[in-house]
Amino acid sequence: MNIVIIQYNAGNIQSVLYALERLGETATVTDNVEAIRAADKVIFPGVGEASTAMAYLQERGLDKVIKDLKQPVLGICLGMQLMCAYSEENDTTCLGIFEEQVKLFKPNEATIKVPQIGWNTITQLKTDLFKGVAENRFTYFVHGYYAALGAHTIATTNYIQDYSSALHRDNFYGVQFHPEKSAKVGEQIIQNFINL
Amino acid sequence: MLTKRIIPCLDIKDGRTVKGINFEQIRDAGDPIELGAFYAAQGADELVFLDITATIEKRKTLSELVNKIAHRINIPFTVGGGIKTEEDVSVLLQNGADKISVNTAAFNDSSIIKRFAKNFGSQCVVLAIDAKCEQDNNWYVYLNGGRTKTDKLVTEWAKEAVDLGVGEILLTSMNHDGTKQGFALDITAQLAENLPVPIIASGGGGNEQHFYDVFTKGKADAALAASIFHYKEVAIPELKQYLHKQGIAIRL
Repeated sequence: MNIVIIQYNAGNIQSVLYALERLGETATVTDNVEAIRAADKVIFPGVGEASTAMAYLQERGLDKVIKDLKQPVLGICLGMQLMCAYSEENDTTCLGIFEEQVKLFKPNEATIKVPQIGWNTITQLKTDLFKGVAENRFTYFVHGYYAALGAHTIATTNYIQDYSSALHRDNFYGVQFHPEKSAKVGEQIIQNFINL
Repeated sequence: MLTKRIIPCLDIKDGRTVKGINFEQIRDAGDPIELGAFYAAQGADELVFLDITATIEKRKTLSELVNKIAHRINIPFTVGGGIKTEEDVSVLLQNGADKISVNTAAFNDSSIIKRFAKNFGSQCVVLAIDAKCEQDNNWYVYLNGGRTKTDKLVTEWAKEAVDLGVGEILLTSMNHDGTKQGFALDITAQLAENLPVPIIASGGGGNEQHFYDVFTKGKADAALAASIFHYKEVAIPELKQYLHKQGIAIRL
């Protein structure tokens, strides 16, 4: 299988690559447009800041390339947020694959920390991305902004309020958590994506 | 619901785990990769690898080690010890570390926190503080692995560092470290209640009750320990079952 991980200025790419290797897959890390278009599966990772990442994608024309992909695409963390319509993080217009909006967590009490860092449950799971994954299993999150619930929500997590921990439209999937760092549950989800 | 985290810490010297380790299940207990993978399989929520290698030449083996760990381990891990420059951080992250921790270098030049947070994101910058409660009943920051006292209060330094962009604080009580008499609940709670970032409590965990106390009275977001896990005095699966039964949000 030809899996491509999109290389851009928002890291944690190595972790994704190693997670694929543990599942017996290899992947190419590249920002080459032809290589991305030719892939069987595309992973759009990311840890970083939305406006800087979007500017980088636009400069290289990768924004249009990603939107036009027809094969299964998996956005991870910032990758998923960039696939949404808009992010409050530095007032950024994003790719608009999902209509959902990305908002800043607003703590309702002083002891709640932002960003959310750690393990939280995923519920109301939909689509084959979560095949064989039971409700209320834990995955690893690191994020200060969240995608609101909407028509494309395929997993829900609660932190301050319910939000979208995964989104899906057509061939596009996005997960807010890091499947590459989510122990066996995460491995199952990555395997499911490979199997799509 | 977001869970409390249990974090084993592995001290690394010249590529090997130091401090006594007593595991029969592991082929090579001195191998940090084997040990890290074992803890991950046992349900550890994260791992911390602290490099205490003295010489710069030998430190270069650290990035190779981090790379091997990243290949094997499917949970987040932090690497600390002697990190001073963007280059240091960049090499570790490119080899698969999720977070880095800084201590003495950040105290001596706090601008590195700002630079690291800007270049790599706050989520990957952990500030480690070695804290000691003196006779005047105040907690002071210590540097160089606890050898050098400063006049800086822990609460002040922690606040400054959060304002500069650290994403988490790893607080070690030198008074409690190694005693197995419980964590420093007062200073942990003081930081946890007043700072907007997660606090990892370290030093003094000796039994299951101590972990319960640090999550409830100490308000810690995570608890770290080393030798009690290495010596199997506390086993991670049993500890997590215990905390779960006590009503603590924990990943089972």
